[in-house]
Amino acid sequence: MIETKKIIAIGGSAGSLTVVLNLLQNLSPNFIIPIVIILHRLKNIPSEMDKIVSITRGDLKLKEPDDKEPILAGYIYIAPANYHLLVEADGTFSLDYSEPVQYSRPSIDVSFESIAHIYGPNATAVLLSGANNDGTAGITEIIAKGGTALVQNPELSEYPVMPAAAIRKNPTALICSPDEISKYIEKLNPF
Amino acid sequence: MTAAELDEIILLLNREHGYDFSNYSMASFKRRVLRVMSLNRITNFYDFKYAVINDKKFVAHFVQEITVNVTEMFRDPLFFSKLRDKVLPLLASYPTIKVWHAGCSTGEEVYSMAILLHEMGLLQRCRIYATDINQAAIDKAKKGIIDVRLIKEYTQNYIKAGGKNDFSAYYTARYDNAIIKKELRESIVFSQHNLVVDGAFNEFQLICCRNVLIYFNRTLQNHVLNLFYNSLSPLGFLALGIKESLLFTTAKDRFTVIDNTAKIYRRKV
Repeated sequence: MIETKKIIAIGGSAGSLTVVLNLLQNLSPNFIIPIVIILHRLKNIPSEMDKIVSITRGDLKLKEPDDKEPILAGYIYIAPANYHLLVEADGTFSLDYSEPVQYSRPSIDVSFESIAHIYGPNATAVLLSGANNDGTAGITEIIAKGGTALVQNPELSEYPVMPAAAIRKNPTALICSPDEISKYIEKLNPF
Repeated sequence: MTAAELDEIILLLNREHGYDFSNYSMASFKRRVLRVMSLNRITNFYDFKYAVINDKKFVAHFVQEITVNVTEMFRDPLFFSKLRDKVLPLLASYPTIKVWHAGCSTGEEVYSMAILLHEMGLLQRCRIYATDINQAAIDKAKKGIIDVRLIKEYTQNYIKAGGKNDFSAYYTARYDNAIIKKELRESIVFSQHNLVVDGAFNEFQLICCRNVLIYFNRTLQNHVLNLFYNSLSPLGFLALGIKESLLFTTAKDRFTVIDNTAKIYRRKV
């Protein structure tokens, strides 16, 4: 297994699925940095996994992690519905069924904060389109711990509220078009 | 709060009060600690440490708040329908069926299970033990009172789980509350039990422990799964939360998989 200390976290709400799918579509086949995707979705709907799997390329290694599953290079993880997704110092995931945060579970803030604490400067967080305020506190924590924060340009977002809120609070976050996000992520790959 | 500060709090809680959180999942434990601090308007580590050392009442409150007590009736309807189809028919052959619901919180899931057992005609032959570390949650569970605003969602869950009756047959609504029917309440023995330090207390045909192990690290998960193994009769069933897995534990070879989606396992002989 190839070791990587880096991690990429992507958070999105309303209007973000197309951006996520495009991003995955354009990922180079040898991309090894683990990607964690946190999407808001309806409760008690089994999973959006199947949808994403059926639309994206067959060679992508997509997983909805179970509790304490090791975080592996080359994998794309999708936060399971109805749980918060956290990371542990030993490189595994932890799930948490505590109260929704900002009406959301999974909460983007919760995952971003947890990733910031464990990965520090090795974390890159991307916040996409959405109609609420989730993600803002998470982006703040990512930056505070030395990580990189990318936010989708609100003017190019289907729902600008979420990225706009994050930018207002975090002036040092990089404002990017979906294309620029793709290119930035690709450049992180060591190959 | 730094990792070192968190370690110090864990050490103090154990040394001064005998509560061992050292093998909890640190990612969520830290979130819970920060939540208790914010609930109590404690803004710095030193005030928090002072309260942990000197304020017994605060520590009791802390322990109660640190455990997650979020639950619902027929949560994960798919799990309950699999339980009905794949497990309960096999339990019907026992003259007495003993069930342990570990980490029952405020009781919503164990009442759901009692409803299933009732509909299978098995409840009369069942002894259901429901335990939790949190006494306040147990007290609430015993009362069987549900906020009436949640009934609509629970009814939908019940129908999705393949419920056979009218869900309203199982409760009586009174103003803002619904109270679970007496027959169901009396079918369950509630008591306090701490999975970290307490041992086996009976032999069961079914143990249900959903979304409790997620708050433990792998060491403690292995310890608790060992306790479950020793508390199950041979070929007894173990049900975990749908995102919990034996795959990353030392118990994986001691159980067979009955349903991989619903996370239902069976103890090997």
